[in-house]
Amino acid sequence: MSEEFVLKTVDLTKHYGGVRALEGANFELRKGEHVAIMGDNGAGKSTFVRQITGVEQRTRGNVIFDGKEVSFAGPIEARESGIETVFQTLALADHLDVPDNLFLGREKTKWDWLGPFRLLDYKAMRQDTMAALEKTGVKIPNIHNTIEKMSGGQRQCVAIARTASFHSKLTIMDEPTAALGVQETEQVENIIRQLKAQGEPLILVSHNMRQVFDLADRIVVFRRGRICANLDIKSGDYTGEDVVSYITGAKSGAEYEGAA
Amino acid sequence: MSDTSHGTGGLTFDKTKGSWPSELNVLLALIIIIVIFEFLGQVLPYMKDQSFLFDTRDRFDSIFNEARLKIIILQVAIIGIIALGVSQVIITGGIDLSSGPLVAATAMIAMSFGQTELVNGFANPKALFGPWAMDLPVLVPIVIGLSFGALIGAINGTFVAYFKIPPFIATLGMFLICRGIALWWSSGNPISFPTAQFQAIGAGMMPVVWFLSLAVIFHLIMRYTVYGKHTYAIGSNEEAARMSGINVKRHKIMVYMIAAMLAAFAGIVLSAKASTAQAGMGEFYELFAIAMAVIGGISLSGGRGSIIGTVLGAMVLGVIRSGFTYIKLDGSYQLMAMGGIIIAAVILDQYRQRNKA
Repeated sequence: MSEEFVLKTVDLTKHYGGVRALEGANFELRKGEHVAIMGDNGAGKSTFVRQITGVEQRTRGNVIFDGKEVSFAGPIEARESGIETVFQTLALADHLDVPDNLFLGREKTKWDWLGPFRLLDYKAMRQDTMAALEKTGVKIPNIHNTIEKMSGGQRQCVAIARTASFHSKLTIMDEPTAALGVQETEQVENIIRQLKAQGEPLILVSHNMRQVFDLADRIVVFRRGRICANLDIKSGDYTGEDVVSYITGAKSGAEYEGAA
Repeated sequence: MSDTSHGTGGLTFDKTKGSWPSELNVLLALIIIIVIFEFLGQVLPYMKDQSFLFDTRDRFDSIFNEARLKIIILQVAIIGIIALGVSQVIITGGIDLSSGPLVAATAMIAMSFGQTELVNGFANPKALFGPWAMDLPVLVPIVIGLSFGALIGAINGTFVAYFKIPPFIATLGMFLICRGIALWWSSGNPISFPTAQFQAIGAGMMPVVWFLSLAVIFHLIMRYTVYGKHTYAIGSNEEAARMSGINVKRHKIMVYMIAAMLAAFAGIVLSAKASTAQAGMGEFYELFAIAMAVIGGISLSGGRGSIIGTVLGAMVLGVIRSGFTYIKLDGSYQLMAMGGIIIAAVILDQYRQRNKA
């Protein structure tokens, strides 16, 4: 197994009873690579993500992450191993403000000898929050407002800034811009570019063709639970129309050609 | 998302909305209630030349009627100590009904190790144990009492966190168990005649000293420590807290333990103040403690509220109790008024939440 791969799945399969949501997915992600996953509704994209992050347990197949075969019991284990996921449903605490949420579960502290009663280093967290927001280009008028007072787009930005501000080995975003306005989408895309510049690998599940062509190195198309195409879009050989025909099934037969 | 004039967030902020802490509402309510009683004192025909909290007597150079103020705080101090713990439990989205009976059980247990051997030269008529348990250093009953509280809290927390029993049911069970323990401990007999040291815990204004110092400590803890932040996070979005790597189960057990230890301490202070422990002590304390928290702006759905609010909530209850005595209306009216205010506080809380969503 080459060290060059961050993530590799072999014959990854998930059946819900008789429903074959995911069938024999062979997928590879190289270091620093941004791969987009596309496909129609119910094509198996989200199912695929859920098997990797341990939200669900796979029926069969292997996941190799960071050089080791892994089988996460849940999303926390996956996170602890270095896979950060931004889910469609956001994991933010509504009554807390932006720094609190960015640092939730990994607070900066002082006087650590106090154990669970160690002091929060509000100043350091505020500064780091400002830096993280600036770096990712997210503009939030007042970071001390609680999340419940923010728009959907701002919440999404906070969730993504949170993911981006902690160096992870792999970031997965499941339709991060689906519910966002134009400017908010732009902010999220900026964060993704930032990750690319930092050489952090990403799996992006998206329906947005322009976005995918802008941001990704490669598109993997899912259709009816199988990976039906692996398109190196940086080569310039493919257009949006090609991708659409793979998604709809108008074009088929192009086998998934490994990581080539 | 109608106004996009500011930045790229798509939403501008109404600054005035964000900067009005709910504690101010409670403070305002407190002031209004005081003013009402002050007003009633002036207009009611049978209340000539009296003042509720403000001092109108010529002989004294004070603004407030300190005597009444002291009594008000003293009356709520012991239940207030419980309310500090219950607040934390409610902030996690739970509830603790076991605190009243826990007060009684702890009072019985602690007092039985805090008795004095000789009363006026005679053997202590209420002695529960033999001479070995008499005249022990005051630390012994305190440590035993707090340990008992910690144990009860750990059981509450374990049932809630690990066995997923709704907090209402788990602590309702513990409510009955603790009342049973209180009765069983000395077969229903009161335990009395504590050592001077033990008595000193609850003497004079000591309950107020305990209440206010514990309030300051827990205010700082809830506001400035990881424990506090995680408590709010769990109540706000338990799933998010778990996904963030917070050990939610362990934290909940800790919160229930701290709440129970505060209730146990209230039991120690109460028995010291009364110089006796009886199985029926602390009746309705759990409900009044919850009422203080709720009136103080602690949201029953979790994640919202503060210790300052709870202290103000305690003062509201104290002022109402004292005010009704002041205008010479008896206890039945007090209960009805308190009930009305609790319901009003919850309605206000729901109204606040709807407006924020």
